[in-house]
Amino acid sequence: MAFRHKNTRRIEGLDSNVWVEFTKVAADPSIVNLGQGLPDISPPSYVKEELAKAAAVDRLNQYTRGFGHPSLVKALSQVYERVCGRKIDPLTDILVTVGAYGSLFSTIQALIEEGDEVIIIEPFYDCYEPMVKMAGAKPVFIPLRYKNDGNSTSSADWVLDPAELANKFNSKTKAIILNTPNNPIGKVFTREELQVIADLCIKHDTLCISDEVYEWMVYKGNKHIKIATLPGMWERTITIGSAGKTYSVTGWKLGWSIGPQNLIKHLQVVHQNTLYTCPTPLQEALAQAFWIDYKRMDDPDCYFYSLSRELESKRDRMAQLLQEAGLKPVIPDGGYFMIVDVSTLNVDLSDVDEKQPYDYKFVKWMIKSKKLSAIPLSAFCGPETKRQFEKYIRFCFIKFGCASKSDLPKSSRFHFSRGLQSW
Amino acid sequence: MLRRAGQSLHHFLLGRKSSAGYSSYSSEAKMSRPVQARRLEGTDKNIWVEFVKLAATYSKVNLGQGFPDFPPPDFLKEAFVRALSGENHMLHQYTRAFGHPPLVNILAQFFGKLLGRDLDPMTNVMVTVGAYQALFCCFQAFIEEGDEVIIIEPFFDCYEPMTKMAGGTPVFVPLRPKAPKDGKLMSSADWQLDPAELASKFSERTKAIVLNSPNNPLGKVFSRGELELIADLCVKHDVLCISDEVYEWLVYDGKEHIRIASLQGMWDRTVIIGSAGKTFSATGWKVGWTVGPNRLLQHLRNVHQNSVYHCATIAQEAVAQGFQRELELYGKADSYFVQLPKELQQKRDWLVQSLDAVGMKPIVPEGTYFLVADISKFKSDVPDVPDSDEPYDSRFAKWMVKNKGLAAIPLSAFYSGAHKNNYNHFIRFCFAKEEATLKAANDILQKWKREKTSP
Repeated sequence: MAFRHKNTRRIEGLDSNVWVEFTKVAADPSIVNLGQGLPDISPPSYVKEELAKAAAVDRLNQYTRGFGHPSLVKALSQVYERVCGRKIDPLTDILVTVGAYGSLFSTIQALIEEGDEVIIIEPFYDCYEPMVKMAGAKPVFIPLRYKNDGNSTSSADWVLDPAELANKFNSKTKAIILNTPNNPIGKVFTREELQVIADLCIKHDTLCISDEVYEWMVYKGNKHIKIATLPGMWERTITIGSAGKTYSVTGWKLGWSIGPQNLIKHLQVVHQNTLYTCPTPLQEALAQAFWIDYKRMDDPDCYFYSLSRELESKRDRMAQLLQEAGLKPVIPDGGYFMIVDVSTLNVDLSDVDEKQPYDYKFVKWMIKSKKLSAIPLSAFCGPETKRQFEKYIRFCFIKFGCASKSDLPKSSRFHFSRGLQSW
Repeated sequence: MLRRAGQSLHHFLLGRKSSAGYSSYSSEAKMSRPVQARRLEGTDKNIWVEFVKLAATYSKVNLGQGFPDFPPPDFLKEAFVRALSGENHMLHQYTRAFGHPPLVNILAQFFGKLLGRDLDPMTNVMVTVGAYQALFCCFQAFIEEGDEVIIIEPFFDCYEPMTKMAGGTPVFVPLRPKAPKDGKLMSSADWQLDPAELASKFSERTKAIVLNSPNNPLGKVFSRGELELIADLCVKHDVLCISDEVYEWLVYDGKEHIRIASLQGMWDRTVIIGSAGKTFSATGWKVGWTVGPNRLLQHLRNVHQNSVYHCATIAQEAVAQGFQRELELYGKADSYFVQLPKELQQKRDWLVQSLDAVGMKPIVPEGTYFLVADISKFKSDVPDVPDSDEPYDSRFAKWMVKNKGLAAIPLSAFYSGAHKNNYNHFIRFCFAKEEATLKAANDILQKWKREKTSP
């Protein structure tokens, strides 16, 4: 039978990704999975209670407003008005999407097309590249480079070279994707660094897609700054957020895009032609959770701040264990990932698949022999920089605690430290 | 190059500005090009945005947008609460991207049974954010510039913009009404494809045909003969079939929903789309699925992993439990899939009577929870406006919700732009409503009839 039904060009070559490879391998329950970024801590109880309450209301089990459930977009506008210091219209300046992932997709489909170039800062959350390609555009990479000579101990040591960045902009540059706090390094871009990016965006009339899903996970001494609040930037920036990261409910898959009406309206068109509306009870529950925390945004008990404090101690504990094992972690200023240079261990990887980058081979070896999994950093960079990043692997530390002493032997922290000790 | 510059100039002359303002350093190309991508062209209009707002503002009785005003069944709501509050708090975190294992497992079992096939849950099933996203994945995976997609009118309105967004060309073919037998009400079965006309729509550019059975808005349930007609053409022209079967359980009068994928030569070229929202009266959960051969589903997985990646976990867990129950009760009186159509058939009959009594001529649907009625006899209240851009039924529906508080959707919403005036004296009602709602609708209609000063 003649069968000419192959896939369209837009998805050619976009079928493989690092997750498909590694989540399968790490699904083995005997392996301590510190790779994929999902919490193994419970979401706060009031978040679960609000969902139960929402599901009990009949009409909340049926369709809601396509661009975002009214009570949710209202709550988001209040929270972000406070954070940004400007008026945000809940109906025209916000789109609720299926996770921040859905926001990235809607933004790129709405505003990027063939002939466009999009600047992506390496290392980057891996979906940016295939999404830009699926939109027919060309990704242009620029790496963060560490400024100290060899010895990077903090995510702040990784910086963009302003001249190198300026060179990447040209008349075809439609957008730059910014991720702060950054996944995987955990870098929190400073105001000065953001200003360099902003100046270039304004000079070249470029859009900014700002992925800020880890916005609340910022550690002592650092401040999350929204590039959209810099002069001249609101009108050209889409800021993306995530309920999954904010409330430790990655499985709710709710995110949002916030920006000026004349950009958001195009994201809304994409949304109405892709999935139309997001689940109702989850949106209602999220709205109620936001009200609870909005009211205590001046209070240190607000979940946005308490989660960050909890994560900071997990960060420090993981860093300590790594250092005691003779490894050099890069201490992140934000986010819940930590990268580590593993080349210093000089592990013999000769019998692992030759054709892969060093870090891929290392992680596979580590899974097999140490029952620990992580994600190779070269998964987060473009083709040119694999050599630069392949000596690093990424660990996730949001899954790094345990509720009680009796839980300790089962906890990932315990197995992690045991696994490290045998090195 | 010249054509693109011309297009830019066209947009510039239309006064469309780059959102971010002008800068003396920007190139001419960016200045004159609109900020949004060209794939959005012709896809921005959406009937629901307008009509949902009107219903929210004016309606006392909303029979417009298609969702039940009764709750999902208790067993499903209980499953949801168990999932969110149970010991396993990992149900609040990411699950498998292509479908939560308990759900794809039960779907493979259930649909395997219905199709008489062994289905692999990992490769023959994929979960999506509602059937809507399943449709999107199909268009993105298989349709691009140069491809034609056959769409049967009247159609669920998203098929057209999805085709266009994928760069494809929609080719429309209408269901045509045959006059019913004397004295009988028209049935959705009386709306049929002309076989020669359908055959003429297939060309070497035809990539896919979208089939929706039971059909929204008419409620038509395609017969085996009609499906075979379509299947033969698909096989002859090597065309894909996107089979939207979200209303598969809502079939009345003992009719059978036949799955086109079960016909000769069709499994390999069909993607079947289903919906928990319609199956379990929980449209707000947005859980849908695709079933089909791996060589087609692999490309849907590709689109899915590059667009939404994961679907929400808890609702998937609950829907899995719902299907487990239905598998055990399959065919029995207690099965929700037996009870729901029974209840809806009664409501259908009720609404048919209501409409017929006041002079709106209902087309009795064989399936779905929609009913289309001919409103030509009500023209006295809403006179024709010659040279109006807006189709008559749209004006009528707006007038009706504003003046009578009864919301319905104009049938022209389900036709392509060129054909909106071909069937412009029909409106669509949704009858998946509590008795009280249908009674209130009846009261409005009765009062309206009494108040009419002329026939």
